[in-house]
Amino acid sequence: MRAPDRTEKIALLGLFALLAGGAFLPQWALFLVTLALAKGLVVLSLLLLMRTGLVSFGHGLYYCLGAYAAGMVGQLLHVGDAAVMLLVALAVSCAVALIVGLLLASYRGIFFAMLSLAFSMILYGLLVKSAALGSTDGFNITVTAAAGASLSSASRRYLLFALSASFAAMAAVGMHRFLGSHLGRLAPAVRDNELRVEYLGASVRRVVYLNTIIAAALTGLAGALTALVVGHIDPEMAYWTTSGEFVFVAILSGTASVLAPFLGSLLFELLRSFAYQYSPNTWQMVVGAAMLLVIMFLPTGLWAVFGRRGKRVA
Amino acid sequence: MGHVLAVVIDGIIYSSWLFIIAVGLTLIYGVMKILNLAHGSFYALGAYAAASLVGRWLSAGRAPFGSYAMLILAAILVGLVVGPLIERGLLRFMYGKDEIVLVLVTYAVFLILEDAIKLVWGVDAYFVSEPYGLLGSLSIAGLTYPVYSAALVVVSLLVGAAFALALKRTRQGKLLTAVIQDREISAAMGIDVRRVYLVTFTLGTMLAATGGALTAPTVSVVPGMGVEVIVLAFAVVVIGGLGSFAGAALGSLIVGMVRSAAVHYLPAVELFSVYAVMAVVLIARPKGLFRALEARKI
Amino acid sequence: MARPIPLFEGLAILAIASAAGAQQPAGAEVKPVKIGIVTFLSGAAAGPFGVPARNGAELLVEAINAGSLPPPYATKGFGGAPLSLAFIDEAGGTTKQVSEYRDLVQRQNVDVVVGYISSGDCLAVAPVAEELKKLTVLFDCGSPRIFEDASYQYVFRTDAHAAMDSVGAALYVTELKPGLKKIAGINQNYAWGQDSWNDFESAIKALKPAVETTTSQMPKLLSGQYGAEISALLSGDPDVVHSSFWDGDLEAFVLQAAPRGVFAKSTVILTAGETAMARLGAQIPDGTVIGARGPHGVYAPDNQLNRWLRKAFFDRYGVAATYPAYHMAQALLGLKTAYEKAGSGAGQEKVIAALEGSSFETPSGTIRMALAKGHQAIEETVYGTTKTVKGQVTVVNVKRYPAEVVNPPEGMKTQDWIKASLKRTK
Repeated sequence: MRAPDRTEKIALLGLFALLAGGAFLPQWALFLVTLALAKGLVVLSLLLLMRTGLVSFGHGLYYCLGAYAAGMVGQLLHVGDAAVMLLVALAVSCAVALIVGLLLASYRGIFFAMLSLAFSMILYGLLVKSAALGSTDGFNITVTAAAGASLSSASRRYLLFALSASFAAMAAVGMHRFLGSHLGRLAPAVRDNELRVEYLGASVRRVVYLNTIIAAALTGLAGALTALVVGHIDPEMAYWTTSGEFVFVAILSGTASVLAPFLGSLLFELLRSFAYQYSPNTWQMVVGAAMLLVIMFLPTGLWAVFGRRGKRVA
Repeated sequence: MGHVLAVVIDGIIYSSWLFIIAVGLTLIYGVMKILNLAHGSFYALGAYAAASLVGRWLSAGRAPFGSYAMLILAAILVGLVVGPLIERGLLRFMYGKDEIVLVLVTYAVFLILEDAIKLVWGVDAYFVSEPYGLLGSLSIAGLTYPVYSAALVVVSLLVGAAFALALKRTRQGKLLTAVIQDREISAAMGIDVRRVYLVTFTLGTMLAATGGALTAPTVSVVPGMGVEVIVLAFAVVVIGGLGSFAGAALGSLIVGMVRSAAVHYLPAVELFSVYAVMAVVLIARPKGLFRALEARKI
Repeated sequence: MARPIPLFEGLAILAIASAAGAQQPAGAEVKPVKIGIVTFLSGAAAGPFGVPARNGAELLVEAINAGSLPPPYATKGFGGAPLSLAFIDEAGGTTKQVSEYRDLVQRQNVDVVVGYISSGDCLAVAPVAEELKKLTVLFDCGSPRIFEDASYQYVFRTDAHAAMDSVGAALYVTELKPGLKKIAGINQNYAWGQDSWNDFESAIKALKPAVETTTSQMPKLLSGQYGAEISALLSGDPDVVHSSFWDGDLEAFVLQAAPRGVFAKSTVILTAGETAMARLGAQIPDGTVIGARGPHGVYAPDNQLNRWLRKAFFDRYGVAATYPAYHMAQALLGLKTAYEKAGSGAGQEKVIAALEGSSFETPSGTIRMALAKGHQAIEETVYGTTKTVKGQVTVVNVKRYPAEVVNPPEGMKTQDWIKASLKRTK
């Protein structure tokens, strides 16, 4: 084990700050932060793909799969244990990624984006057709316990928050280490020039495949977390607009640091919540305008504001 | 056997409708390498403008047949106003950015236009069905079809033919093909790429608006009508091969036929039939049916 | 085509209204009641449902604050307490709605939430209302699942669930066409469309087991192009075509199907047709069966409250009040009744106790909170057939089905009830 570097220290400090601060946050803010952290995991997975030169417009596939996997554990097996739900979600999304990833691994650019979109829309179509799963209305999920210990309503909120925060920190640190490892460093190499990577003796296909699976695992986990936090799931999670929103937040955050996705996600949730409240008739316009401003003036994402000193933090 | 005929006719009508929309999308992508999500908004704008103009025309008590001119006028107006506005006012600052970033730029435009449409026209539905019924209907295989649908097929064929001729036979068309093939060399050879971009985007916008304007009489024009169209047109263009005109035609035909067959024989799968086709085509031919040549980076 | 009142204007009106309400005769300090209203302000459901409902809320709240409603609601406010409103857009999906709900309750501190047109949102929000212990009145959504799959203490629904629309439709068409042999359906491919068709089909099969289904078309929401679907409907030659389409899709369907003879060949029943009646006007062919999800709009009974709502709504917004406005009125008047029964300054628990199992007068007649331990309303349902008179659409052959006939009894699930006992109700 090497000593934690700056990014890792920030991630861990952030985790402690969140865990301590969370106890004092008002309920609505706690919910918002929990949700932002969970969605930040998806954005983090997109960061990995973007580092590899790939953008997915179908990440809703795993997001939705994770959520439904968790939901079915509750619905069919009547298990309300958060730990079981999350593990099953992780397993299911990994399993699907193992297959879908094989197909996707030879695609790049817009075709990667569109093929993943097609897969997520097929899942959407299937779920809309399943009356047993509530069709477009979806169904509710209740967490009653965590790793065997039963929960009260108040402790449930904090637990989900703490879970999201811990996953976020662990995922950030893990991703940071991965990106710094031999395999991880191949990602930008693939993005920059696949031929060279092949000449150097590494398999581009394997790098893409592996990264797709890691991304899917993170996204499935995030989907399950979101499901537990919101308490309700529906096929909308697989719809292309959901995926598009994640890509937007990923661009907003930039790929400079593994911490950026969580910040971007939080800012986006705040922006939308306030646009909703103060401009209920034109919130789309507000979000669209914000998006254009970021793309124009912060082309490398919001992290540019922090990373001005020029050093790439990754 | 009448059933099969109905499937084919329905498929052709739907394909024609799709083609008019998809060809604009593929044009913009081919030339500018922008996958334009705002295409759906242009479609909606065309529909709204058509509804307003035709409504004015008819309520002024003028000859009902003039409403067809109004439909076309609406499309041209939207193209000429919105196209240059967005290309000159916004997109030209974005050239050179990553393809995905450009997709997001157009997504932002889409969001803004959605609300802008709402601010201008409100949330209530508009409809102008007069042009739809005016031409009467004809009976094929025991089923009644409005002549308007046949007219749509004709318009679509005309658009296709015009493109094919213009690209092959006219100087401007050849310049356009040159830019599609290689932007940098074209610029080096003295083609005014800036102008080509402006014209392309305006033309693409106009085509989307034409799709919307021609659809307006058959539907009620409501907020959100552009959303569904975008992904459908995307699927067509991706199936056919991005930037390829022949691909847009074939893609429309395939999607139209598959959907029509699904509706007649297996209504349950209609919802994702298009995406299933897209997945299958992409798996079999990773760059779509008609792939454009690409330089290999070494 | 009236432009909707922009929100800020609406808010200004409300501010004046609540200021007027605040000038209560001096007495005990009355705390205003803050109501969070959630309806669609954007997207396809805004025009036909969301905005009429919002307008209904504005109109009602203004009148309640001014004390200008007809009896029995002529008193000011909720037992003297003036009302203020906070609006939220229902668009954006359930995840967002759960966030916004928490926000309304915990940041904006509303006293009661009235809202939700989409059944998905109702399902998602109900458990959150329980968790936050906040009185929440669902005013429009239709899925029977909400109270059939769970039981709630803080959640109420003041409109009847959608099963009654399908059952009423089945009763009406079997009476209209005693020799019914073939039915077909075209419904949107999402929960509402699927449930509507399933309930209708099973109700028809319970009433007339020999009836055959030629095709059940399920186009995507907002697909707009129904050419192939119409061909499929036509080629089956059904006696009755059932559709729960609404707004844009409904209008597009009527516009495309009428010239192709669907309405001439078959009797078409549009269970949510009422919201489009005013706009489509004579475009709806004569002989179309139209529903309004209960005794609303054209089917509302001729009582004082309805006369007031009809006139005030038309004067203010330039269009006729459609059923979402009636549903909104039901929610607000139910709350007013409960607040006043609980007594001024009573806590939420007392208001809930007062609302449970209550019945109250509305523009749609008497509403009874009869199901789900007094949390779910039942209403009668009404169907009629269109007839154009001097360019105006009117409804003739109107039949009213009492609430008990078209709603399942307490404790029974809709699907079981339709299958098991519909035959006996005939």
